[in-house]
Amino acid sequence: METLKETWHFYQKTLSLVVRGSRAYYLWCFFLLAIVAVGFVFYVKQHDLGLTATNLTDQVSWGLYIANFTYLVGAAAAAVLLVIPAYIYHFKPIKEIVVLGELFAASSIIMAVLFVMVDLGRLDRFWHMIPVIGSMNFPTSLLAWDVIVLNIYLFLNLLIPIYLLVKYYYQKEVNWTFILPFILASIPWAVMIHTVTAFLYNGLAARPFWNASILAPRFLASALCSGPAIMIIIFQIIRKISHIKIEDEALFKIAEIIAYAMFINLFLLTAEIYKEYYSDTVHIAPFEYLLEGLHGHEQLVPWIWSAMAMNVIAFFLFLVPATRKRITTLNLGCVLIIIGVWIEKGPGFVIPGFVPDPLGEIYVYVPNMLELMVSFGIWALGLLIFTLLMKVAIPITTGEFSHVVYVEKTSRREEEDKAWRI
Amino acid sequence: MEMGPKNISRREFLRNLSLTALAGVSVPLLSSCTKEEAEDFLQKRYVEMTEEEKKRVIAKLEERYRQKYGKKFEISTKGPVPNTLWGYGLDLSRCIGCRRCVYACVQENNNSRHNPQLHWIRVIRLKRGNLINLENSEHYYDPALVPEPGFVYMPVQCQHCENPPCVKVCPVHATWKEPDGLVVVDYNWCIGCRYCIAACPYKGRVFNWAEPSIPSEEINPSVHYLGNRPRMKCAVDKCTFCVQRVRVGRYPACVEACPTGTRKFGNLLDPNSEIRYAIANKRVYRLKEDLNTEPKFYYFFEA
Repeated sequence: METLKETWHFYQKTLSLVVRGSRAYYLWCFFLLAIVAVGFVFYVKQHDLGLTATNLTDQVSWGLYIANFTYLVGAAAAAVLLVIPAYIYHFKPIKEIVVLGELFAASSIIMAVLFVMVDLGRLDRFWHMIPVIGSMNFPTSLLAWDVIVLNIYLFLNLLIPIYLLVKYYYQKEVNWTFILPFILASIPWAVMIHTVTAFLYNGLAARPFWNASILAPRFLASALCSGPAIMIIIFQIIRKISHIKIEDEALFKIAEIIAYAMFINLFLLTAEIYKEYYSDTVHIAPFEYLLEGLHGHEQLVPWIWSAMAMNVIAFFLFLVPATRKRITTLNLGCVLIIIGVWIEKGPGFVIPGFVPDPLGEIYVYVPNMLELMVSFGIWALGLLIFTLLMKVAIPITTGEFSHVVYVEKTSRREEEDKAWRI
Repeated sequence: MEMGPKNISRREFLRNLSLTALAGVSVPLLSSCTKEEAEDFLQKRYVEMTEEEKKRVIAKLEERYRQKYGKKFEISTKGPVPNTLWGYGLDLSRCIGCRRCVYACVQENNNSRHNPQLHWIRVIRLKRGNLINLENSEHYYDPALVPEPGFVYMPVQCQHCENPPCVKVCPVHATWKEPDGLVVVDYNWCIGCRYCIAACPYKGRVFNWAEPSIPSEEINPSVHYLGNRPRMKCAVDKCTFCVQRVRVGRYPACVEACPTGTRKFGNLLDPNSEIRYAIANKRVYRLKEDLNTEPKFYYFFEA
């Protein structure tokens, strides 16, 4: 009974915390909500008309949605890989912000799953994929694997931070024998979600562009660049608008990890490009479409070269300690990586898989307004979820929002009430 | 003592979570207005239906098609004929690229006519001297007269692989290989993820990007549940070697439509069949054999 009251009480308190905030907080939330609403309106249109409302065709049958999905799975995976230095090596500056990283992972997974949902032609039949109730093709279909590992990952990344936050809130001892196994499990699981997502493409012999064994390592390397880069930016915003202390040292450490990851990423990419160009088989066509244009179709070329330039510049910015440890160049590097990896792992990865198609046809896919709006809507929803989670998580982490404060306040009010009555 | 209350709080937390989830799931269920829609929503996978359930679904569909197209439909659920494994032969030296097969197929199989018009057969034009690298293939050739000098034509459709990658990747078992070798789709079970389209090396699969449009006067009311019955938007479909025809002893529509005798069809298990004759006497090859998909679609040349 006591715990029921405690849980209910925690719900109530967090709810009242989430709905109250500064003017800037309201503005931000309503700004995001407006984008979500616009995205939703466009999605309803797509749902009514069918996927014909997008620019997808039988030739390029996955596009912007699946590109975003791929990128976000990487971002989610990378956020948790920060857990390793924090918990295993007890690197204190990062340990304090790990809960925030996990909530970021949870928000990213929600976005990733939403991107798959809007890409599904028949959302009404989604239950066909649920094991037992529907008919999941496990373990043969990699999509079934992906659904399972992503959901377990989402569960882990909600369970761990919520458990810790509730403990902090009631200022109780954390039961490490209970939660540590989950924390440890989340590390290989982060590797797993991105590996499975890579295998989803990797296993298709029909698509030589994806059918390269270097794919999963490349996915992990690029994810270890983009995920932490997003986190560095977010951490700086958090420490600016809240009382949470995030040391520069933690940000620099993360940037150092990014530098190594980016080196591996660029190295693997070079290895792949070398193999395709030197052997020069028919399988080179998608690479040509991506890097130099194929039969006069050059839509992706400026994008991918911008991405390459961004990644290389960011690599040097993070490699040199002087630029890594200066906030302006650090932020510049982060923005370059976030955009660069998005292009490389998003559209630059999904679209060439379909061009040319298995019978040699080239279809020029460029996402239309509806796809852009729906995508913006999902990004905004993810940001909104993350904002609301932060609204609760930050004050708990700093100790500003805890049961004791509440109890003290209420008892004070009761005393005041009493005083008034007297 | 420390453990006790924590355990309960966790349990409470999970219970709250599952109740919220349940409420979330039941809202769309409860708000679905008609009984028929609820029935559609809950319809089982075809292979898991009992005979009774199949009959009910067929009756429902026949009524729905009658209302929509004003014709009486016969929806067959005829199973595979024992000891058959369907195989297809295509004589490249005869094909003139006229695309009569393409349109006969659209007609027979109730494919969407416009926005978009969906083709299960795609005839590609290749410069003479090359059959394997399809990168320079022309899909939309449109001369006044075919055949054109200097080119060969290669029709491609679902190759009904013995080792089909599309079946392997489908996350919900919505597509499978029948005992007579036909790769079919349960259109009512497909979730529209299009993973099979990504996996198919032959572009054998076609997606209904919009609600299919078929003029009532052009509808073919003689259909099979796993074949040419009118489909719905956002589900995948594909060539079935005309399952509605071949299981009752007829040729696929493309075989009948071909004016040059390019197309051969028969039972691979019958040593006297046309297809077995072609395999035994012609130089046959299969498309993208290196992918180990084992197509049952044989291309060959005269002599």
